[in-house]
Amino acid sequence: MAAWVETLLILLTLTNLTLVAMSRLGACIRTVALQGIVLGLLTICVHPHTPSLYVLLLAGGSIGLKSVVFPLLLGRAMRDTHIRHEIEPFVGYGVSILVAALALPVSFWLGSRLPLPRPASTLIVPLAFHAILTGLFLIVSRRKAITQVLGYLVLENGIYTFGICLVQESTLLVELGVLLDIFVAVFVMGITIFHINQEFNHIDTDRLSALRD
Amino acid sequence: MQAVVSIIHWLVALALAPLLLGIIGRTKAFFAGRTGSPFLQPYHDLRKLLGKGAVYSHTTTWVFRAAPMVGLGAVFVASGMVPFGGSPAVIEFPADLILVVYLLGLLRFATVLGALDTGSSFEGMGASREVQFSALAEPVLLLALATLGRQTGSYSLSTIFVDIAEHLSIHAGPAMLMGAVALLVVFLVENARIPVDDPNTHLELTMIHEVMVLDYSGPDFAFVLYGAALKLWVLGALLVGLVIPVHVGIRLIDSLLFVLGMFALAFLVGVIESCMARLRLLRVPQMLIAAGAFAIFALVLVLRQT
Amino acid sequence: MQLLFVGVGLLLASGLVCLMLSRRPRAVAIVGPAGAVAAALLGIVPALRVVGGEILPPVQWAWSVPYGSLTLALDGLSAWFLIPVLVVGGLAAIYGARYLGSYARYKALGPPWFFYNVLMASMIVLVLARNGMLFLVAWELMSLASFFLVMFEAEQESVRRAGWIYLVATHLGTAFLLALFVLLGQQAGSLDFALFGKTGWVGGRAGLLFLLAIIGFGTKAGFMPMHVWLPEAHPAAPSHVSAVMSGVMIKMGIYGIVRTLTFLGSPAAWWGWVLIAIGLTSGLLGVLFALAQHDLKRLLAYHSVENIGIIALGLGVGILGQVCGSPVLALLGFGGGLLHVLNHALFKALLFLGAGAVAHGAGTRDLDRLGGLLRRMPVTGVTFVIGAAAICGLPPLNGFVSEFLVYAGALHGIASLPVSVMLSLLAVVPGLALIGGLAVACFTKAFGIVFLGEPRTPEAAGAHEVDLSMRLPLVLLAAGCVGVGLLAPLVVGMMAPMLAAVSGVDATATGESLAGIRSLLGQVAASAVLLLAVIAFLAACRRRLLAGRPVTSAPTWDCGYAAPTARMQYTASSIAQPLIRLFDVFLRSRLDLSAPRGYFPQDASLHTDTPDVFQEHLFQPTLRAGGRLLAGLHWLQHGHVQVYVLYIALALLAALVWKLG
Repeated sequence: MAAWVETLLILLTLTNLTLVAMSRLGACIRTVALQGIVLGLLTICVHPHTPSLYVLLLAGGSIGLKSVVFPLLLGRAMRDTHIRHEIEPFVGYGVSILVAALALPVSFWLGSRLPLPRPASTLIVPLAFHAILTGLFLIVSRRKAITQVLGYLVLENGIYTFGICLVQESTLLVELGVLLDIFVAVFVMGITIFHINQEFNHIDTDRLSALRD
Repeated sequence: MQAVVSIIHWLVALALAPLLLGIIGRTKAFFAGRTGSPFLQPYHDLRKLLGKGAVYSHTTTWVFRAAPMVGLGAVFVASGMVPFGGSPAVIEFPADLILVVYLLGLLRFATVLGALDTGSSFEGMGASREVQFSALAEPVLLLALATLGRQTGSYSLSTIFVDIAEHLSIHAGPAMLMGAVALLVVFLVENARIPVDDPNTHLELTMIHEVMVLDYSGPDFAFVLYGAALKLWVLGALLVGLVIPVHVGIRLIDSLLFVLGMFALAFLVGVIESCMARLRLLRVPQMLIAAGAFAIFALVLVLRQT
Repeated sequence: MQLLFVGVGLLLASGLVCLMLSRRPRAVAIVGPAGAVAAALLGIVPALRVVGGEILPPVQWAWSVPYGSLTLALDGLSAWFLIPVLVVGGLAAIYGARYLGSYARYKALGPPWFFYNVLMASMIVLVLARNGMLFLVAWELMSLASFFLVMFEAEQESVRRAGWIYLVATHLGTAFLLALFVLLGQQAGSLDFALFGKTGWVGGRAGLLFLLAIIGFGTKAGFMPMHVWLPEAHPAAPSHVSAVMSGVMIKMGIYGIVRTLTFLGSPAAWWGWVLIAIGLTSGLLGVLFALAQHDLKRLLAYHSVENIGIIALGLGVGILGQVCGSPVLALLGFGGGLLHVLNHALFKALLFLGAGAVAHGAGTRDLDRLGGLLRRMPVTGVTFVIGAAAICGLPPLNGFVSEFLVYAGALHGIASLPVSVMLSLLAVVPGLALIGGLAVACFTKAFGIVFLGEPRTPEAAGAHEVDLSMRLPLVLLAAGCVGVGLLAPLVVGMMAPMLAAVSGVDATATGESLAGIRSLLGQVAASAVLLLAVIAFLAACRRRLLAGRPVTSAPTWDCGYAAPTARMQYTASSIAQPLIRLFDVFLRSRLDLSAPRGYFPQDASLHTDTPDVFQEHLFQPTLRAGGRLLAGLHWLQHGHVQVYVLYIALALLAALVWKLG
C-alpha cells in the first residue's frame, strides 16, 4: 500500500506542477478535477485496514465535490461570463514552473522540521506543504478570479492531504467543515464573478482595485 | 577482457549510430502512410556525400571548414565515454560526465561559429536559437545526471550506469522515471527534434539546427551528418541506460537488449514526430524549465531516501 | 627574493625615468616596457622556484611607521599569484609599447608608463607583504596607480565618470579592509601576518572578520553586487591596462580573501555557503549582463565578474570540504578556484589585448559595426577564438580544467556527503552549467560578429592587422591557454604545497588525494590529446577526399534572395535578444523600438540598452539619499580659508583635550 500512497502523492505533485505551467483555463479546471480523484483514492489507500464507512464517505464526498460539482460550477461560470480562455498570469509560465519546482526542496526542508507523528509515508507532509505553497502561489500570481478559485482549491487539497496524516478520528469533522467552507466559497465566487462580469464586462482582479474607494 | 569488450561496443555504437536516423525516418514514413526510404539510407547518404566535391561561400574562412571536423571530433570522443547499457565505456574516470557535456558544448561552439561564418541572416538566427536552448538544456542534463550520481554514490558515467540496476528499489522507481523524462526532453532539444525543431522542414525561417548547416556540402556535410547521428547515440545511450537497467549477466544478451532499446528510442522519436506539432519557440524554454522541475523533483525524491 | 627586489627597484626606477623623459615619446616607449619586462623576467625565477617547492626565508627590515614593518616573504600562495602578475604584466607591457604609441602625437606618454610600472611594483609588494600596514600601503598604491591609468583619456566625459566611480568604489572597499586589519591587529597585538595566524579566532569574531574580508576584498575582486565599478573602469582604460586590471589586479582581491582564510583557521560551513551564493550570483548575472552588451570591452569586463564568480564557487566548495573533513573536496575546490585564477589571467588578458587590437585595427569596439575581421586580422582572430573557447570552459583548453575541478568537487560531494552539507553543492552543478552555456552563447556572439561574416561598415572593411610587437603577446598568451590545458596534471602537481597550506589538510592526506586528482587530470588530458588526434585525422581525410575533386566558390545561400548586403547579416543584438528577453527579470533592458509600419515601411530601428541593475536600483538611490542627508552639513563649507584653519585648530585642540583629559 505504501507504494500506492507514494505514487498517488507524486501524481498529486505532478498535477500541481502542470497546473502552474498551463495556459488554458479549461485544462486547469480539468487538472484540478483530476486532483480530486487522486485525493479520494489517497484517502482510501492511507487507511487500508479500516475501510470504514467514514473513510468511504469522505473519499466519495471528496471525489464527488472536487471532481464533479466544482468543475461543473466553474465550467459554467466560465461559459456564462464568456471570458477568454487564456490565463494571463502576472508571473510568466517559465518562472512559475521554476518557483513551483524550487518550492519542493523548501517544503521537504519544512517537512523535516515539523514535529509530527510518523505518517504512512515520509512523502505526505512535504508534498502536502508543496500543494499548499502551490495553491498560495496560484492565488498570488494569477489575474482571473476563476484561477484564484482554483488556487483556493489546490490550497485546500494540500490541507486535506495534511489532515490525512494527522489524528485520524477528528479528520472527518475538520474535513467536512473545510469542504463546506470551500463549497460556499466557490458558490459565492461563482455568483460574484457572474455579477461582476455583467457589471463590468471583465473579471480581472487587478482592474477591480479601481473600486477600492 | 573488459577493455576489448568496451572497444567492440564503441565500434558497434559508431557503426549503428546512422541507423537510428534511418529508423526515425522509416517510422515517420510508416505513420504518414508512405513506404519511406530504406533503413540504411543514412549510410548511402554519407557515402554519396563523401564522394563529392565541395562548394564554399565567398564569405567563409577557415572557421567554416574546420567546424565540422572539430564538431565530429568532439562528439566522437564523447561517444567513447558513454557506457553501452550496463557495460563500462572505453574512456572512464570520475566526473567524466562533465567532459561529455563539455565536448557536446565544443560541438555546439564549432557549429555555431561555422554558421556565423557564412554571414547569412538565416544561419545567424539558427545560431541564436541553438545557443539559447542548449544553454538551458545543459543544466537540466547535469542535474539529472547528478541525481543518478547521488542515487548510485558515484560520479563517473560508467559506474553510474553499471550500478544503477542494484540501486533501483520500489522507492527509487518514481524518481528514476522523472529523471528519465528530464533526459528525454534534453535528448529531443539537443538533437533538434520535434517538438523543438523540425529536421525536415522546408522553411529556413523556422529551423534551428538544420539552418545552421545549410551551406555545407560534400565531405564537410558528411561530417556534420555523422556528427549529428553520433550525438543522437550519445544522449540516447544515457536515456536507454537509465530506462532499461536490466542486467541478465550474459554480455551478449545485455548488449543486444541495449541495442534494441536504442532502436526503440529511435522508434519513439519517430512516433513523437508523427503525432506532435512543433512548439512555438517561446514555449521551448518553458518546456526545458519543466524538464528542470522534473529533475529537481527526482533529486528531492532521491535525497529523501538517505 | 633578491631578484624580486631588484625587479621592483627596476620598475620604480624606469617609471621615474619615464616621468622625466615625458617629452620624448620614443625613449619612453622603450624605457617603460623594458623596465616591466626586465622585472617580469627577474621575478619569475624565484616565483617558479617557490611554486616548485623551495622555501625562502622571510626578509624583515625596520620601518618607522607605527605598527608597520617591512616584512616580506614569498610562500607558495604568494608565488602562485605572483606568476600572473609577472607574466601578464610583462606581456601587456610589450603590447602597450606599440599600443600607446598611437597616442604619442597628442598625449604625454611618461605618466601612463610611470603608473603602469608603479601598478606592477605595488602588486608584487602586495603579495609579498607580511604586515598589515605594508599591505594596505601597497593596496592603496595599486588602486591609485590603476585609477590614473583609467583616467588616461580623461578628456572624454565617459572616462572621467568611470574613473570617479572606480575611485569611490575602491575606497569604500578599503574602508572595510581598514576595519578588518584593525580588528585583526587589536586581538593579535600586532599587524604582522605571522601573529594573525597564531591567534585563535572563535565563532562570531571570525565570522565578522570573514564578512569584512568578503566585502573589502570582494569590492576589488568584483563580486556582485560590489562590481559596479568594474564594467565602467575596465573598458575605459587603455587595452593593455584593461588586460592587467581584469586579468591580474582583481585577483588581488581573491588573494586577500584566501590569505585572510589562512589567518582565520578552521572555517564555518556558512562561509562556504556565502561564497557559493556570491559565486552563483556573480557568475550568472555577470554572463547575462555580458550577453546584453554591445561594446566588446564592456562585454569582456562583465565576463570578469562571471569568472570571479567561478573562482568564488571553487573557494566555497573548498571551504565546505574543510568543514566536513574531506580532503578530496577541499583540494578539488581550492585547486579549481586557484587554478582558475591563473587561467582567467591568461585568457582574459588575451581577450582584452585582442579587443584592443580590434579597436586599434578597425577603429571601433561596437560589435554591430564590425565583422569579417578574421580575413583582415588573421593572427588576432586565431588567438581570439582560442581565448573565447578557453573562457567558455571548452576542452582541451585551460578554462575547462579549472571548471572541471570545481565540478568534480561538487559531484564528489553530492555523491558522498550527508544531505545537510551537500545541498549547496547541488546548486553549484546546474549553476555552473548554466553559466557555461550562456558563456558559449556570449562568445560565439562576440567572435562571430566581430571576426566572421562580412564587414558591416567601411571601418571594419579597412581594418588592418596589428604590428608584430602587439601580436607576439597574443600568441604567447594563446599558447599559455593551450599549454595549461594539456599539461594540467603537471600544473596541479606544482600547486600541491600551496594547496596543502591553504586547505589546512595534512601532508599525507594531501599527497594521496592529489595523486588521485592528478591521475584524473591525466585522463582528461589524454582525452584531449585523443580529441586533437581525431581532428587531425579528420582533416587529413578531408584533404584526401577533396584532392582532385571540384572545389568551387559561390555566394552564401540566402534562400533565393539575390542581392544580400552586409547589413542584412544577423547582428549581435539580434543574436542575444531571445536570451535577454528570457532573463529580463534580472536584466531590465530598455528597449527603444520603432517598428516598421505599413506595406512599404521606410524607417525602422531597434535600440537596446542594458544598464547595470545594481547601479541603477541599489547604489544610485542609496548614494543620492546619502547625499541629501549630508547636504544638511553644507553650511560647514563656504570657501573662507580662515574658517578652515579654524576647523583644523579646533580639531587639534579637541584631540589634545581628549588625549590628555
